[in-house]
Amino acid sequence: MSAADMKAADPPVSVPRAPEGADPQLAKNVNRKPRKAGALLPYLLIAPAFVAIAAVFVWPFIKTVIMSFQDVGRRELWSGAAAPWVGFDQFTNILGDSEFWDVVWRTIIFMVVCVFVTMVGGLGLSMIMQRMSTWVRLLLTAALVAAWSMPLLVATSIFRWFADSDYGVINMVLTKYLGIDAQGHNWFLDPKQGFVIIGAVVVWGAIPFVSVTLYAALTQVPKELEEAASLDGAGTTGIFRYVTWPVIKPVFQMVATLSVLWDFNVFGQIFLMRGNKPEPEYSVLGIYSFEKAFESNSFSQGAAISLITVLLLSGVAVYYLRQLLKIGEVE
Amino acid sequence: MSASTPQVLRPDRKKHRIGYNIAGLVAFVLMAFPVYWLVISSLRPNAEIRSYDQTLWPSSITFDNFSRAINQPNFGTAIESSLIVCGVAVLGGMLLATIAAFAIGRFRFRGRKFFMIVLLVVQLLPPTAMLIPIYIQLNDLGGLNEYWGVIVIYLVSTLPFATWMIRGFVINIPPELEESAMVDGCSRMGAFWRVTFPLLAPGLAAASIFSLITAWNEYLLAYVVLQDNDKYTLNVWLMNFTTSRGIDYGALMAASTMIAIPVVAFFLLVQKYMATGLTSGAVKG
Repeated sequence: MSAADMKAADPPVSVPRAPEGADPQLAKNVNRKPRKAGALLPYLLIAPAFVAIAAVFVWPFIKTVIMSFQDVGRRELWSGAAAPWVGFDQFTNILGDSEFWDVVWRTIIFMVVCVFVTMVGGLGLSMIMQRMSTWVRLLLTAALVAAWSMPLLVATSIFRWFADSDYGVINMVLTKYLGIDAQGHNWFLDPKQGFVIIGAVVVWGAIPFVSVTLYAALTQVPKELEEAASLDGAGTTGIFRYVTWPVIKPVFQMVATLSVLWDFNVFGQIFLMRGNKPEPEYSVLGIYSFEKAFESNSFSQGAAISLITVLLLSGVAVYYLRQLLKIGEVE
Repeated sequence: MSASTPQVLRPDRKKHRIGYNIAGLVAFVLMAFPVYWLVISSLRPNAEIRSYDQTLWPSSITFDNFSRAINQPNFGTAIESSLIVCGVAVLGGMLLATIAAFAIGRFRFRGRKFFMIVLLVVQLLPPTAMLIPIYIQLNDLGGLNEYWGVIVIYLVSTLPFATWMIRGFVINIPPELEESAMVDGCSRMGAFWRVTFPLLAPGLAAASIFSLITAWNEYLLAYVVLQDNDKYTLNVWLMNFTTSRGIDYGALMAASTMIAIPVVAFFLLVQKYMATGLTSGAVKG
């Protein structure tokens, strides 16, 4: 359910796509077999999935909205007592809290930097993958797949160890090979440095998905067009801008949107990197909502923060949906 | 013209290839290093792990870390929990996803597009936003600290994607195959189960492996919902190696290696099945 899990669950290429011929066949099929008892069949078939999704996604979401207008604390949770209605109090409290705005800015800046580095790195990697020798590409692909399938928890533990002040590789390499005395340096004392380490694990985990997907998109660019453009005297940037980019643009936009969603909701990496108790300087929206709900036992505050997060993201979500509709996956 | 174009580009390409290869190798080292570190650290003697002078390669190899990890309390129950939770969630998810995918892949009906949009939109909800209401809901239903609570959530959270993916495979199988089975006396669903379902095997394999990886790697929900030590899934159990006294990196890396190996292996399988699934249009011929 976390961001990285979703990542692992996405196929490298936009796999489920209807072949051109499917729809006429479908229509023909429906026409030929006029519904007898069958008119209800499709509804019966989607009913279990629909009910399950409604129960686990839709109802909790409605519940989040309801809760954010109440005051659900530990007592209401365990005794089942009716929670008092407080109107917009949770929201005014949160929006009036300067700490909340620090958290929002931290989340946005972290997201923007991570998405930028991921997209530039992923695009660059996918483009050089097209041009390298086969054996190098195979080696690199193997490393990408291994990194991609690494469980988030495992990846985070490794990066945490890399940054360990006493036994970490980063300090060792800096001291021994680069001549910077970093012996015993604590990377997490200064949150700016800490976020560099956290960003590294986020970007490292996201690059495989981005570069493999973009590489698949790049293989769709017709070679003849590139060659024709090159014959007509277009330079590398010209070919990219007028031939390559228009083809990969929809895929790039979709991957970028997904990255925005994942990096905005980053939770596990920070939570685990800071030993399940992130300091306030490490709060992003996900962490902040979790702490308010489970540490301060104010479930309504947590819910209200979650709702604000969803609202902040909904613009991006709508964009993503439109992108999918445009690509034609929803016919 | 097509014969002359490669000659135009070739000299240019060859000259640059060395540069691209070097860049590729640098990227390889950066991407592979954490994986390398995981594996060699699990095999390193403890003294080397707890050394102020880290080295990039181990001086000797030992399996001590693995035995420490295996002897950690609740290793067995954690494997059992992970297998039960993921196994049931994936099997149940595949069943619901397959019939729903058949519906949206084969029928045109009112509300079909709405259902498909729901499948996409729910994947955009931030997981931490859902955590609190789900926790409260499970508390009301008595699902806290119970396997079924986690199973239901995992099942449904992999459902939208699995349905979407299997649908792609359904529409690649020609409906004529079902029609001819129906001419031979099969019912609509009978034709689906006997004819289409077996042909969906690669798609089901790919979707179930993706679901399995998602469930296998999840820890936040399991961490919040499961409270007894002997119910922890492997990912929650992994937190045992992080104590207030410090982290037993050797055992943590050994345990992580054991957990990551099936995931990596499954992932490699996915690639193969995906290719098979994508070329399964061959049945059309």
